[in-house]
Amino acid sequence: MSGPSSYEPKTAIERWLDVRLPIVRFGVDLMDFPTPKNLNYWWTFGGILAFCLIEQIVTGIILGMHYNASGDGAFNSVQAIMREVNYGWLIRYIHANGASMFFVAVYIHMFRGVYYGSYKAPRELLWLIGCAIYLTMMATAFMGYVLPWGQMSFWGAKVITNLFGALPVIGPSLTTWLWGGFTVDAPTLNRFYSLHYLLPFVIAGLVGLHIWALHVPGNSNPTGVNVKDKSDTVPFHPYYTVKDGFAVSVFVIMFALFVFFMPEALGHVDNNIPANPLVTPAHIVPEWYFLPYYAILRAVPDKLTGVLLMGAAIACIFALPWLDTSRVRSMRYRPQAKLYFFIFVFDCLLLGLCGAHEPDEPFIRGVSGFMLGDSNINSYVWVSRVAAFYYFAYFVLITPILGLRETPLPAPESISSPVLSHPAAAHSGAVAAPEKKG
Amino acid sequence: MAESVAGSSADHSPDPSRRDFIHIAVVAAAAGGVAAIAWPFVDQMNPSSDTLALSSIEYDVAKVPLGQQVTVLYRKQPLFVRHRTPAEIAKAVADDHADLRDPATDASRVKPGKDEWLILIGVCTHLGCTPTFGGGEWGGWFCPCHGSQYDTSGRIRKGPAPKNLAVPDYKFETGTKIKVG
Repeated sequence: MSGPSSYEPKTAIERWLDVRLPIVRFGVDLMDFPTPKNLNYWWTFGGILAFCLIEQIVTGIILGMHYNASGDGAFNSVQAIMREVNYGWLIRYIHANGASMFFVAVYIHMFRGVYYGSYKAPRELLWLIGCAIYLTMMATAFMGYVLPWGQMSFWGAKVITNLFGALPVIGPSLTTWLWGGFTVDAPTLNRFYSLHYLLPFVIAGLVGLHIWALHVPGNSNPTGVNVKDKSDTVPFHPYYTVKDGFAVSVFVIMFALFVFFMPEALGHVDNNIPANPLVTPAHIVPEWYFLPYYAILRAVPDKLTGVLLMGAAIACIFALPWLDTSRVRSMRYRPQAKLYFFIFVFDCLLLGLCGAHEPDEPFIRGVSGFMLGDSNINSYVWVSRVAAFYYFAYFVLITPILGLRETPLPAPESISSPVLSHPAAAHSGAVAAPEKKG
Repeated sequence: MAESVAGSSADHSPDPSRRDFIHIAVVAAAAGGVAAIAWPFVDQMNPSSDTLALSSIEYDVAKVPLGQQVTVLYRKQPLFVRHRTPAEIAKAVADDHADLRDPATDASRVKPGKDEWLILIGVCTHLGCTPTFGGGEWGGWFCPCHGSQYDTSGRIRKGPAPKNLAVPDYKFETGTKIKVG
């Protein structure tokens, strides 16, 4: 997509094609793309995500052939897919668990980007497109979860659409517009199906832009040091097609474990009850990949503030390239940043745990605690408040301040130098003044 | 036409202000056209006529025994019809001047002389779940989603919900028959 092309058309038909539609050149350049030779397995998640998207689109289109998007027929058509359609159970379980696998992969991909500073100049736009993909994925997954039209589908849809109702002035008419009625109902289901079918193709388009934006500066790499010359790179094919292929295979084994041995582990039993607008399930939780945001929403006793904080939690991810003041890309050479990063990963998991529990439930069983403000100090609501505070502090305090104050370790001279010299010499033998490097 | 002839006879350079005018006119006409055709595409998502047609119901409250509640479907949402006991009413009236988040007297939430009948939209004002009766510290409704608690008048007392459970527009058509909506 950029840089000089190495392609030489050899046959007459290739030469004929090359001046009309250089599609062979495009493919060859894509496969020949010079890729840093030190990418580790954390870099294989891009390929894994491409696999996830294709797998979700293929299984989704098949499910669409058997699904009936109507208030009366949706639940039964999903039951028919599970019981009557040939291999319907398999395709639906792949699709339902595939959504979770997609999020596992995207979260690892995002944490990798944060750790190795992949969002820093000149890759800010690459990061923003990635964030847009993540946001579209969330919308797609949410609307997909509504389609089986069980109790969790219905009440999940109701709670999430009501979040927009918290906005002042436009809130109520906006929710009515989203619903096409006075509440979540059959018209809501139909439009969600339409959009659930559309958005994966929007994601595919954004992925195209993401890869384009990646191929202009090229991949970052675990050292964060820029590629200096050809000796730092290898062609994408066969080196990374094989490495990514191996990673996808391992990923599919884990995926298959869920599909075949615990297909309902990530779901919720209440979704086997048809949607009932009169009864809310006793314990309502979103899918696991939304739990950290859900915990932030519930941490605040005020409706609008909760919704705004949840939005801000996502906005922080978008703003990261401009919040980070450090000029050292990789946290390999930022020991303090590394510490805060791992606390941040733990914090996100902790928020997820809080989101899965009732706010008033004791965090440590058997300890009575005491009341602080409106709730017991030993309750999930207080844990989620502390965790939400760290989440925001990581973005708006730690990341900007640390970049200005820390003393980074010396980064290697080039990608090749730590490989060529003894591994132990990688840190000590390198030239100082890392702040002069990108 | 006269001006254009006069303009072109003076010199052959185009009049910039007239060129600007035609640009602005074209862009304005196009933007107006796009906006006009965009509205049907936006408005199609609003409630359709058959959905709006379901907007009022009638119910005979005499069917609800004392101390009980019936949930009726109103605009595809739960409508609570509660036959309150004297103890519930007394509790609600006693709290009229308590520290309320959304202040309202109990009398303002029922029809005069009919204070045993409490008619509420059973939708939590936080994120739209349906609260269950009998939970919470105030003996009213408790929302299972995020723990909002309402008293025996349906007023918000604790939790994230900002407002009281809504009282719909209704009137008693006869002694016991109500028309909602």
